[in-house]
Amino acid sequence: MATPENKLAFDGGWQYSPAPESTDHVSIRKKYELFIGGEFVAPVQGKYFDTINPATEERLSRVGLASAGDVDKAVKAARKAYAGWSRLKPAERGKYIFRIARMLQERSREFAAIESLDGGKPIRESRDVDVPLAAAHFFYYAGWADKLEYAFPGRKVKPLGVAGQIIPWNFPLLMAAWKIAPALACGNTVVLKPAETTPLTAMKLAELIADAGVPPGVVNIVTGAGETGAAIVNHPGVDKIAFTGSTDVGRIIQKALAGSNKKYTLELGGKAANIIFADAAIDQAVEGIVNGIFFNQGHVCCAGSRLLVQESVAGAVIQKLRERMETLIVGDPLDKNTDIGAINSKQQLETIRSYLAIGQEEGAEMFQSSCPIPKRGYWCRPTIFTGVSQSNRVVQEEIFGPVLAIQTFRTFDEAVTKANNTPYGLSGGVWTDKGSKIFKMTQSVRAGVVWANTFNKFDPTSPFGGYKESGVGREGGMHGLDAYLKLEA
Amino acid sequence: MSLSAVTSTHKLPDMSRVPTVDEVGVNERVARFQTRSIKSASKVEALKLILSMIDLTTLEGQDTPGKVRQLCQKALHLHDAMPGLPHVAAVCVYPTMVKVAKKALGNSGINIASVATAFPSGQAPLSVKLDDTRMAVAEGANEIDMVISRGEFLAGNYGMVFDEIVAIKDACGDAHLKVILETGELGTLDRVRQASELAMHAGADFIKTSTGKIQPAATMQVTLVMLQAIRDYYAATGRMVGMKPAGGIAHSKLAIHYLVMLRETLGKAWMTPQWFRFGASSLANDVLMQIRKQATGVYQSADYFSKD
Repeated sequence: MATPENKLAFDGGWQYSPAPESTDHVSIRKKYELFIGGEFVAPVQGKYFDTINPATEERLSRVGLASAGDVDKAVKAARKAYAGWSRLKPAERGKYIFRIARMLQERSREFAAIESLDGGKPIRESRDVDVPLAAAHFFYYAGWADKLEYAFPGRKVKPLGVAGQIIPWNFPLLMAAWKIAPALACGNTVVLKPAETTPLTAMKLAELIADAGVPPGVVNIVTGAGETGAAIVNHPGVDKIAFTGSTDVGRIIQKALAGSNKKYTLELGGKAANIIFADAAIDQAVEGIVNGIFFNQGHVCCAGSRLLVQESVAGAVIQKLRERMETLIVGDPLDKNTDIGAINSKQQLETIRSYLAIGQEEGAEMFQSSCPIPKRGYWCRPTIFTGVSQSNRVVQEEIFGPVLAIQTFRTFDEAVTKANNTPYGLSGGVWTDKGSKIFKMTQSVRAGVVWANTFNKFDPTSPFGGYKESGVGREGGMHGLDAYLKLEA
Repeated sequence: MSLSAVTSTHKLPDMSRVPTVDEVGVNERVARFQTRSIKSASKVEALKLILSMIDLTTLEGQDTPGKVRQLCQKALHLHDAMPGLPHVAAVCVYPTMVKVAKKALGNSGINIASVATAFPSGQAPLSVKLDDTRMAVAEGANEIDMVISRGEFLAGNYGMVFDEIVAIKDACGDAHLKVILETGELGTLDRVRQASELAMHAGADFIKTSTGKIQPAATMQVTLVMLQAIRDYYAATGRMVGMKPAGGIAHSKLAIHYLVMLRETLGKAWMTPQWFRFGASSLANDVLMQIRKQATGVYQSADYFSKD
């Protein structure tokens, strides 16, 4: 165990000069209208709202506020387009989706910069994760378009119709890709609503889809907040709802859909346990903790927000984690060296701060890295809580920020009990050098995804979704096709 | 000389308790260091720091006193066209050439490192290795780069390898001991970690990746595992141990990645030639070329930089 005088020092000395990504190549319009029927059209009521850069609190653009009337127009446009799109030769549908994928790669620099500007995430992540993965999803589902029968042998496959899709602010472009790609591949048309704090990459995607020559009305994108979302959910012309967001909103949607004929998938919150056994490769496990909770400012539904560490190595793990946290750079999302960007919105920052206060009031010990943070904008230093138990709110509730609650365990069974003692069940992680322990743990943890000796790894071929209050249905992989098809004998 | 004659407080660690290493995780961490973008002022600072950390090396069967004198001249006059450059940390030669280097370098402040212990194979009796070491020190080497007996290590004879290092450290006297693990022959990162622990506990002042005679030589993966071993050893004992990747680091960009890795693994205390070295022969000129480019905005022909 490290003694205090043997601590490493990461402040001072050789520092990295600013290395900001240029925004010369980025074009953001002053105002974005709604994308309906292949055209940008003004919202019926003529209302717009601001989208701001959370790192500077400055306005980036204004986007249309879609009312129920606009949603109705979008659904009708989607319905009109459905007739042609669903009957199009599947290989032709695939061609359009491949084209979207390729164009996304071609414009990746601009998409990455806008994703960072509008959402606050570090350019390293939008450049290396969000945009490439979004393109990968389009590529993957484009390939399925003319092979759907082979995914479900012996069944006849039919599209559902118009899909209403509501996506969150943590991975704006990637979530749009997760939703749009399988829907189109299966022959559906869509009405998509991006989150109100991060609409810009969706609007850029609308431009791209228009440039790709996708038939008008196949993809419609309407911007707005909860009311716009509710109008989509409640619209009688929608055949399927795909929602990613909070468990609270998921409940409202499920209630609204009860008794209707609409198919739905819900991908909701999480409070994943990242479980580290004493026989794990400790240095790599520490890296996994960092990737698990500090990736995307912790705005990740499958974040490893609870650390369960075997007590014999707890001291060493926490010490190493603290040292690693001191090397994380918090700041300008456009700087290529930034590890943790801006918190997505003022509202989310307030939520996170309230949990920091709750944790301390409950008697937990809080450690935050000592990095400097900018004066303007919304920021939160990477934070860990120790001395907490299953009864602490910071252990029970989803914080959706760079905040980790650390507990210890003694036995395998204790780890499983604690990991499963949550209303959520989206993801989990296990770190051990023993293969047999990995298999036993992945079978015992009730979560949709369990990563072994890694964390937060995504691939379009892999299904993703939750148990319990983390959601219903699966997205990604072959499972993701099922959500957008009627299967008949 | 028998091993029992060596009095030491060093103790061989239990190899079965050395932390394991996950190669996939190491690769990911290394890739992350390589995404750091080092520009403008921080780049110039890094390049100068790299120059000051170089052990300018010639370790060839064909080395002659003339060749070693050339190398020393280069060490003393890296690129006089640009004033204000630091000098390299050391010149690294075979024991027979130490005397030549000593005379050529005088009291310039540049250290003389000598490989010893039947470099590069290490296949010689301990008595020969000790004589090799003592001779190099007597001729004026103030740093000794020894090789471990990889065959014995891989066969599990850890005690033998450990005792050898202890004995050679003793023979070094005041000279600093760098222990070469020859990671290209160890095969796995787990063994690299074990060998690092063994060498540090036996009294190594530095641990070093490679002789440069075996491929792969230094890699960022291997160096990261060794840096992590140094960090844990420091946490446990309070003793700082230096690190020297050697072989295969020929370009500034790669050397800067190593500095990023050092900074984010061990922190600022290790960011000096006292605790970190690059064993390299061709790196210096590439760094000089980059420094010149940073100053003038254009690359000069390689012919403007002396090749010795």
